[in-house]
Amino acid sequence: MLDGRSMIRRRAGARLWLSALWLGLLCLAAILAPWIAPKDPLAQDLFLGRLPPFWISGSEPGYFLGTDSLGRDVLSRIIHGARVALLVALVAGTITCVVGATLGLLAGFLRGWVDMVISRFIDIWMAFPPVLFSILLIAVLGPGLISIIIAIVVIDWTRFARVVRAEAMAQGAMDYVASARVAGRGRLGTMVREILPNVLPTIVVLLTLEMGIAVIVEAILSFVNLSISTDDPTWGGMIAEGRTSIHQAWWVLVFPLITLFLTVLSFSQLGEGLKDRFDPVLR
Amino acid sequence: MQILRILFLRLLTTLVTLAGVAVIVFFVIRVVPGNPIAMMLPPGATEADVARLSALYGLDKPLPTQFGIWVAGVMQGDFGTSITTRQPVLQLVLSRLPATLELSIMALVMAVILGGIAALVGTRRRGTGTEGAIDIANGMALSVPDFLWGLILILVFGVLVPVFHISGRVTPSLDLPFTTNFYLFESLLRLRFDLWADIVSHMFMPALALAIPLAAIIGQLLKQSLKETMNLDYVTLARTKGYGETRVILREALRNAALPTLTLVGVQFTFLIGGTVIIERLFSYEGLGNMAIDAVINRDLPLIQGIVILFAVIFVAVNMIVDLLYAVLNPRLRHA
Amino acid sequence: MSYLSIRNLSVRLKGGLPLLRRVSLDVAAGEVRGLVGESGAGKSMIGKAVLGILPPAAEITEGEILLDGADLLRLSPAERRRHIGATCALIPQDPLTALNPSHRIGPQITDRLVDILGWTRADADARARALLAEVQIPEPDRVLRAYPHELSGGMRQRILIASAFAAEPKLIVADEPTTALDVTVQKQILKLIAGMQARHGTALLFVTHDLGVVSKVCQQLSVLYSGMVVEDTPVRDFFATPRHPYSAALLAATPKYTDPSAGLNPVPDAVIEAVRAEVAAFDRRAAHG
Repeated sequence: MLDGRSMIRRRAGARLWLSALWLGLLCLAAILAPWIAPKDPLAQDLFLGRLPPFWISGSEPGYFLGTDSLGRDVLSRIIHGARVALLVALVAGTITCVVGATLGLLAGFLRGWVDMVISRFIDIWMAFPPVLFSILLIAVLGPGLISIIIAIVVIDWTRFARVVRAEAMAQGAMDYVASARVAGRGRLGTMVREILPNVLPTIVVLLTLEMGIAVIVEAILSFVNLSISTDDPTWGGMIAEGRTSIHQAWWVLVFPLITLFLTVLSFSQLGEGLKDRFDPVLR
Repeated sequence: MQILRILFLRLLTTLVTLAGVAVIVFFVIRVVPGNPIAMMLPPGATEADVARLSALYGLDKPLPTQFGIWVAGVMQGDFGTSITTRQPVLQLVLSRLPATLELSIMALVMAVILGGIAALVGTRRRGTGTEGAIDIANGMALSVPDFLWGLILILVFGVLVPVFHISGRVTPSLDLPFTTNFYLFESLLRLRFDLWADIVSHMFMPALALAIPLAAIIGQLLKQSLKETMNLDYVTLARTKGYGETRVILREALRNAALPTLTLVGVQFTFLIGGTVIIERLFSYEGLGNMAIDAVINRDLPLIQGIVILFAVIFVAVNMIVDLLYAVLNPRLRHA
Repeated sequence: MSYLSIRNLSVRLKGGLPLLRRVSLDVAAGEVRGLVGESGAGKSMIGKAVLGILPPAAEITEGEILLDGADLLRLSPAERRRHIGATCALIPQDPLTALNPSHRIGPQITDRLVDILGWTRADADARARALLAEVQIPEPDRVLRAYPHELSGGMRQRILIASAFAAEPKLIVADEPTTALDVTVQKQILKLIAGMQARHGTALLFVTHDLGVVSKVCQQLSVLYSGMVVEDTPVRDFFATPRHPYSAALLAATPKYTDPSAGLNPVPDAVIEAVRAEVAAFDRRAAHG
């Protein structure tokens, strides 16, 4: 059937590639930051404070997207900020995924008291406001990259555990699992060899989404000034500064915001796109 | 009998959850480095001063004892005293609760309206480009969290086209005749529409930022549910009676389609309430969330405890209300 | 002049498979026409086309449906809806799914009267009570206030029948109205429909796969195979001397109520092949013409 909806859906296949492209560019920028950033992201120059971006009169050559109130180059800070953002996304996302998926798999497959304990913890975790919880944890752990990663893992493992648990339960009830057990495979063996591969697509999709969430959490924490040291450029920190000078220098807020927006959107669109790929029946 | 049993079990698990939250918060925040007592005292205070004040707040006793004292207090409605303001935690928290509740409920209403419209229009125009466009808009709204929508709204409606206030709950220079902290409701009851407009103008953007992701979820779920319902026999029968498509959707399909959406919206609404923490900060809105962040930054342990417990109670309460609503709306359960 | 007249109606799945092949049939006012055929023969599709409730994947490619002299396919969608709503009704197949679970029974019987035909609530309620008495439902007040899940399948089918007759339609499409019911209830429901039809003088398009039912209720009969009408005949003639070989085989395949020992005689392969060849020849002609 060729209707308007399927036309748009077909175009939606492009979103997967666009998302991957943006994230790829961002990775390159993060890795090559010291070489491609036009300025030192920390260099202050009060005589060059609040320079507008290049197309507005009053801009200075070399300060492509303008400067903040301390005269630091916005573009260079965005490029360097990508390092923190992507590092948190990759490391925190992966650890959260491993911890959460393992617990979910154990709960869903072993059932019994293991499931009871893990499920109870999930319930308790669901009763915490996540943002408040993360701020609390950072206050306890002290600011810093490691603290952010720990906070994300501690808070978000339930995202994986809940879904993987349900999925593992559904798979565990299927005949092929029973036949594997009959064929003499042990419990752990069945879990790793039979259940895990079937749950893996879901886990990969969740991981992609979690990376986007990790980027946001880092931005929120730097926004409330609890992320890594205040000097290091982070998108959230830039946004916090831009929020205060929004009427004098909107560009300090707008450019990191656009970058953050596109990055979060890309991670989630990548996840949605992968979901379509893995499971054509689902949508 | 059966229903009582289920109710009892439900209450029990809820209590376990709340107790779990209490234990975790209590012990997590006792690990906070930096002595909150030292922060309270003026520079030059002696060790003896610190010890005296610690004793006053019970901070010199071992942790389990402290926990026992705290739990005993909570049972009597005493959540301790805020270290920074020296006021009872319960009083502080309750004074801020109305602001957060009003914000959350306004956001919920906005989300239901926006999501409902998206679902209804999408169902009415199913199979067309309009539905595709709604799907894409939903996808976007869902991908981006409330924090970013808040920033975008600030840029658009605060700076580009400054129509709404970007910070605070009410214009500070206004004279407020209110006796409660439910400004939004009380201004309506007192027929002070000038104040009401000012409050709504302050709430609009934070509420919308919170509403957008939830609206997308409602839109998606409800549309899918509506489309499935539209293929059922009683809908087909209604068509033969001479009802138009819009009428059929609203009258026959909507109510039945809304039921499955409702349970999921309950969970999502707790996420929305959790989101108020950062959104209130972003819009300098004087609610619980903003107070919570200040409390964390100031290391105000009793206050943090009180706020987190209150949030947990709200979350649990929302889930229970949703279950009740589901039973009320579903005639099958109501008469069972 | 016949009340419903279908001329050369062709329906297919969008962009493909034909579902109805140039179907023509007439239903006179007050007459009962049976539509028989095996599942997939398109018998339900005819009723759906008349009532304007074809599935979205199906489309009408040619033909006319004259209802009370007006060609439904030439009316605007809104006019068509109103015309059908005012003159026709449907008795659906499955009473368990055909009532809205979140509305009470009363409004489901009277909604059309109030919303479309502009009756007052009181008139409509009185009408509903009278109808429930007519379909032999005791305690009408309790039933009108009940929700569908509180009633049995047979009760619900009676309510659907009452609802169909509510606005005194000129034509009712009964889409296998007894198939989903217990065998014990089937007979009562069938008798009820036949009795109501006779009293109200309503024309009836009766879709069924059961020739026994046809012999009891119908006056005219259309036999369908693969979306094609292979025989159109008065019922009496059909049981005496079926003209088309497929009809004859279908008749032979039906267990005799009078003689259960005769057993089942499936339609012979040769007959199926012959009728298939007929369909193929039709499609060839359609492709060239």
